[in-house]
Amino acid sequence: MEWETVIGLEVHVQLATRTKIFSGASTRFGAPPNTQACAVDLAMPGTLPVLNAEALRMAVCFGLAIEASIAPVSVFDRKNYFYPDLPKGYQISQLDHPIVSGGRVRIELPDGSSKTIRVTRAHLEEDAGKSLHEDFHGLTGIDLNRAGTPLLEIVSEPELRSAQEAVAYLKQIHSIVRYLGISDGNMAEGSLRCDVNISLRRPGATGFGTRTEIKNVNSFRFVEKAIAVERERQAEILEQGGQVVQETRLYDPVRNETRAMRSKEVAHDYRYFPEPDLLPVSVDRQFIEAVRATLPELPDAKAARLRTDYGLPAYDASVLCASRELADYFEGVVATCGDAKTSANWVMVELLGLLNRENLEIGASRVAADALGTLIRRIADGTISGKIAKAVFEAMWAGEGDPDAIIAARGLRQLADSGAIEAIVDAVLAANAAQVESYRAAEAQKRVKMFGFFVGQVMRESKGKANPQQVNELLRRKLDGE
Amino acid sequence: MSISEQQLARVAELARIRLDAATVTEVTRRIGDILAMIDQMGAVDTTGVAPMANPLDATQRLRVDEITETDRRERFLAIAPLSEEGLYLVPRVIE
Repeated sequence: MEWETVIGLEVHVQLATRTKIFSGASTRFGAPPNTQACAVDLAMPGTLPVLNAEALRMAVCFGLAIEASIAPVSVFDRKNYFYPDLPKGYQISQLDHPIVSGGRVRIELPDGSSKTIRVTRAHLEEDAGKSLHEDFHGLTGIDLNRAGTPLLEIVSEPELRSAQEAVAYLKQIHSIVRYLGISDGNMAEGSLRCDVNISLRRPGATGFGTRTEIKNVNSFRFVEKAIAVERERQAEILEQGGQVVQETRLYDPVRNETRAMRSKEVAHDYRYFPEPDLLPVSVDRQFIEAVRATLPELPDAKAARLRTDYGLPAYDASVLCASRELADYFEGVVATCGDAKTSANWVMVELLGLLNRENLEIGASRVAADALGTLIRRIADGTISGKIAKAVFEAMWAGEGDPDAIIAARGLRQLADSGAIEAIVDAVLAANAAQVESYRAAEAQKRVKMFGFFVGQVMRESKGKANPQQVNELLRRKLDGE
Repeated sequence: MSISEQQLARVAELARIRLDAATVTEVTRRIGDILAMIDQMGAVDTTGVAPMANPLDATQRLRVDEITETDRRERFLAIAPLSEEGLYLVPRVIE
């Protein structure tokens, strides 16, 4: 039976502030447990929350980037539930009056098409601490360093229709928050995680089926896999005439399955009410305009500019704009060498290849953009061939210096002296007299392949340094008498 | 609006407040009184009055994003019933 998948995502983005959303404790990742949990984070009696101006600015920044409305007055609420890593017994969040509402995010799909996904809202809230269940003699260890870390929860409309679209959307959110510099987007450290709401319906239906919510999925790959298995599970239930139970589930990557969380823990009755310890937050037009003035060029706009300014294909532009740093790097290479398409190829193939091999981010590249630009210029001006350039690039990566130094030190300069090349050509022809005989006796068709043999020999003799074009011309003249 | 003893028991459970059978009736009556007062307030015509999230006529002050809190872990851990390796220990919670 055919089913349409209906997906909405709730993405939690950890904001890159120095301190907590309501206290002056540090948010640095990886500190020893409980060394960054102050009296406010621990809910000590008599403490009061005070909103971090930077968290507010970042939320406004995101709202403007997705063309959403910024609420002139937004309100914090208490979401009440009991869990040991939530010391106050409630999470401060925003329910009815979120800071951001009604935005949109454009996604690009692998087939080259694009789609706009509406964002219902984005609100500020605080993160909880961490529970550690291992090795404490049957007890649970609580680390409250993360308690009070600012989060922006971004809620999409249920407009995603496949795992691919959901991943594209999540990647776009990831890219936007990184461009804006409001989050490091580090998924391994939990800086970006999402809840997936998913239901099925018959194609053409207008209502929604019963949905389940998969909590806390923390990688692009897991989002894709979790949706695939949950879709299968729901389809199976529906095809057997059953009904999907509305519930919260967890994705288990080891078994590649989703399973229901224990119902008692998800008795959703959060008894929200306005947080009396915080006053309504007011944001005036002047502030909004000041934030708007700081917005950087965003991924879509940057990709469009790379296409028009440099004549790059859409695919190249979107790959290079995956992060602001990568796009900047590319533009740095072009600025030095002036050849956009060759720069794009080198960045996407050679550079990204090495970065992926060593699992590094672009910021950790061992070759600077202007050095790569210089290398590309050495191909263009005939100093070295493209093939030799790859070896030079590896040497640059290994820290052997700038391209000109490596070319000089290794004697890689291409032989442009036609006399020297001709001497090598003559030597090769003399050493392979029999092949020369059979070449001259062969039919034109067979000659093409045989010709390659001579080119190969000459290139080998010259250690790759002979200019291939000159080699071809010389051989043609000597063999074919042209 | 009124509240039944069952609803009260549910709210008490959510709030982790233990009510013994003897007090349930009494608490139900008292909360019922409060709800009756809220009904009375709800009957007031508030057309044209903007809802308020806080009775104070002020807006939230903001804090500069600077670290002001230093590590006082040992003092906080000292008042916890149980701790180990810098962690607070609590009865096991199962995921």
